[in-house]
Amino acid sequence: MAGKKVIIYTTPTCPFCMMAKRFLKDNDIDFEDFDVSTDRTKAQEMIRKSGQMAVPVLDIEGEIIVGFDRERIVKVLGL
Amino acid sequence: MFDLVIIGAGPAGITASIYAARKKMEFLVIAKDIGGQAAWSGEIENYTGYQFITGPELAAKFEEHIRKYGIQVKENERVVELKRKDEGVWIKTDKGVYEAKTAVIASGKRSKELGVPGELEFKNRGLTYCATCDAPLFADKDVAVIGGGNSALDAALQLIQIAKHIYLIDIAPELSGDVVMREKVSQSRKVDVLNNTRVTTILGDKMVSGIRIRRGDKEETLAVEGVFVEIGLIPNSEFAKEVEKNERGEIKVNAYNETNIPGIFAAGDVTDVPEKQIIVAAGEGAKATLSAFRYLAKRR
Repeated sequence: MAGKKVIIYTTPTCPFCMMAKRFLKDNDIDFEDFDVSTDRTKAQEMIRKSGQMAVPVLDIEGEIIVGFDRERIVKVLGL
Repeated sequence: MFDLVIIGAGPAGITASIYAARKKMEFLVIAKDIGGQAAWSGEIENYTGYQFITGPELAAKFEEHIRKYGIQVKENERVVELKRKDEGVWIKTDKGVYEAKTAVIASGKRSKELGVPGELEFKNRGLTYCATCDAPLFADKDVAVIGGGNSALDAALQLIQIAKHIYLIDIAPELSGDVVMREKVSQSRKVDVLNNTRVTTILGDKMVSGIRIRRGDKEETLAVEGVFVEIGLIPNSEFAKEVEKNERGEIKVNAYNETNIPGIFAAGDVTDVPEKQIIVAAGEGAKATLSAFRYLAKRR
């Protein structure tokens, strides 16, 4: 089964970003991580996609999840 | 019916649940998230057994520990009411109703809100309660930090590295945090400290564009794109209406973690126990479950 493409926007100091990444790793999900504290373009992209300014934001093939919402991640990824 | 319902999964709730599992009690944990405020801590160097650990790492350790016992946590669930019913406890959440013989309230504290128009609307749209998380998104922007204590100063110091200009807005006549931090903040050319000033409205369209402030009888608008609210913490104790609290809303407990209501115990930062520390909360959680266990044993 081909995995869904997962993008996560984070900052290095945010606890729920770390938890979200750990959760993805624990479930063997590959993901692309953008540090929006250094990458302005990606920060703008994140704000545009999510309509808000808090991290983490997950983009799972167009499905936008704001915050570390374990239930929704599980549902969208079909874990 | 459960023997015990534990509310919260921070250091107190997690420890309470580990003790409940080891006593083979029939129990349930209801929590907003795992780790509680501990997860938000930066560097922890005073939790026995760890010379250094970060908040998120400690939260992950907590989670590992409860998973080892197969403890199921009802995550993302919020308790709205808790009361004594017959000989037990009745608990209503945003997802259901539970009954148990006893309860341990370990629901901790949360960031205090300003309570002004625009606050809810612009939460995460420029207004945030977590400077540690979101400060980097405000690079080269004008921002306001609301508060005058250590957490507000900490936020201001983080923002000095990132933002263009910082208004530190304090309702008190003088900042109240640590001297060292106060000095650093007042030495920075990037920071304007406004004392005796209160925020009256958060302004914006899709995102925050400014705030209305009042100083004496003078009101003015500051153009800012970020608002960091750092005005302290309040206990998550509103749902336990019949439980006795102190003037700060903290649940009163005795040395056995008993509240004024038989069968209802409390532990950690939500209580009036002095010293809000991770290790203190964890110890209190253990005591609370052991008290609940003894309470049940006596009634059998």
